[in-house]
Amino acid sequence: MIQEKTTPAIELINVSRRFLSPTGKSLTALRDFTMTVERGEFVAVVGPTGCGKSTTLNLVTGLASPSAGEVRVMGAPVKGIDPRIGFVFQSDALFPWRTVIENVMAGPLFRGKAKPEATAAAKDWLARVGLSRFEHHYPHQLSGGMRKRVALAQTFINGPEILLMDEPFSALDVQTRVLMHEELLRLWSQTKASVVFVTHDLEEAIALADKVYVLTAGPATVKSVYSIDLPRPRVVADIRYEQSFIDYSRTIWADLKEEVETSYARAAA
Amino acid sequence: MTDAAIDIRAGAFKPGTSDAEIEAAAAKAALHRRRTVMFWRVSILVAFLVLWEVAARMTWIDPFFYAMPSAIAQRLYEWTTEGTSEGPLWYHLYVTMEESVIGFVTGSVAGIIIGVALGRNRMAADIFSIYIKVINSIPRVVLAPIFIMILGLGLASKVALAFVMVFFVVFHNAFQGVREADRAMIANARILGASNWQLTRSVIVPSAMSWIFASLHVSFGFAIIGAIVGEFVGSRYGIGLLINIAKGSFDAAGMYAAIVIVMVVALGAEYLMTMVEDRLAKWRPQPLHETQ
Ligand SMILES: Nc1ncnc2c1ncn2[C@@H]1O[C@H](COP(=O)(O)OP(=O)(O)OP(=O)(O)O)[C@@H](O)[C@H]1O
Ligand SMILES: [Mg+2]
Repeated sequence: MIQEKTTPAIELINVSRRFLSPTGKSLTALRDFTMTVERGEFVAVVGPTGCGKSTTLNLVTGLASPSAGEVRVMGAPVKGIDPRIGFVFQSDALFPWRTVIENVMAGPLFRGKAKPEATAAAKDWLARVGLSRFEHHYPHQLSGGMRKRVALAQTFINGPEILLMDEPFSALDVQTRVLMHEELLRLWSQTKASVVFVTHDLEEAIALADKVYVLTAGPATVKSVYSIDLPRPRVVADIRYEQSFIDYSRTIWADLKEEVETSYARAAA
Repeated sequence: MTDAAIDIRAGAFKPGTSDAEIEAAAAKAALHRRRTVMFWRVSILVAFLVLWEVAARMTWIDPFFYAMPSAIAQRLYEWTTEGTSEGPLWYHLYVTMEESVIGFVTGSVAGIIIGVALGRNRMAADIFSIYIKVINSIPRVVLAPIFIMILGLGLASKVALAFVMVFFVVFHNAFQGVREADRAMIANARILGASNWQLTRSVIVPSAMSWIFASLHVSFGFAIIGAIVGEFVGSRYGIGLLINIAKGSFDAAGMYAAIVIVMVVALGAEYLMTMVEDRLAKWRPQPLHETQ
């Protein structure tokens, strides 16, 4: 499926990232971290809390740079913020003083598109996420699930070739989360972006991804990688009852559990 | 503030009560509450004025120092109809307002611009913060004689004083507001493609706006203080001058009358500011009791 010639969408090669604490001590969040995301691939990353997942994503966006090693996007080293990247945040990162449509238009306007063009594109994306009726609402007037859909439209409108998602649905209830999964897979199948999806929820990772990366307790390195060979298109609501899904869950959880326990023991110590 | 909402509690209505009835009952409760609040506000004011008047007339307090409401009203009436000893009241009020408004506008614009600029630039903030702290530690009022010496008895010295009264408050809040801007929101804007200037204009400043407005509320009052203190120390016109003259002739009623004028103006400005803010901040969630 993947041609020899195309370079991977994302490569992290022996990356380390250290932070300096206010007292001047150094803390290693990532150590010798190596990961490759092919074009059009959906990768999920799971790992114990605080291990360095968000740090990894920040390195790919260019918001932060590695202390050692190399980060490459589409075959070229990361220099500054790459316009081909979209990012969906865990917390609410919508602009509360802008209406829904103004939030969705923000990207194209920042990137110098004319207003009528941006408006048309925003309307189109709001229709795709089913929020046409809420164009002129403010974020605080929407439910959590609706705000997340606005965030998806806000990100997808820029046509990202790489989509980074940092626990995007962790604040949602279970039913809404399943709906959002369906929504995300539908949008992804239309755009064929390469996705890195960070989550705490192993079932979410298996249901969505082609590959699941399990990270070690901090400093994070890749512990193991699992290929998920469940057929697409997937129906997220039903897939969790399939035997192969349950098998994946059990295997990966056994792996992840050790790291979670290590991390927990360390935090308690 | 949530009393009206609490009134619609479970069990307060029989099963089968329609929404319309519940809403009507809630509307009635809200109206009743507003009337009660208004009643007590007016009653307390009236009681205070009556007590003052009676105390002065019975000489429980010395009317020479404390005047009395009727005398103050009398003085206000004279000033509005016949003018003050120094010319028409309106002109004095106009002068004070002109000084305050110019000082307020220039002070807050400068405060916002410099506050945002330093808030966005760590290095500059570290360098200049020490000077700002030093200047800020000067009690503003002692600058009045200096400004009057340098800038004369006219408009400029009062504007300068109103300016320094306003500037630091607004600066401080704008700076803080910029620093408190949500990091995820900033990261989001940058990834969506915002340049530095777009980031400042369409993310940082709007998110600092509620901090800035909080300072604008108090700082018009500060501008008036600056203007009046300036006039008090040396001027040819203005409400501060009226107070000064009343003081010189032991005219207590005149002093209180001037204070009443300042109070009315400051309250009016505050009201205006709230209106503007409500206009601009329509994106903010309503307080709970208004949406229930
Ligand atoms: N700006 C920073 N300065 C100092 N230390 C940091 C900084 N950002 C992250 N860290 C540290 O790096 C480690 C990894 O943080 P990171 O946010 O990447 O974890 P995470 O895997 O995303 O956790 P979670 O699942 O809870 O979101 C943590 O120990 C954290 O304390
Ligand atoms: Mg994280």
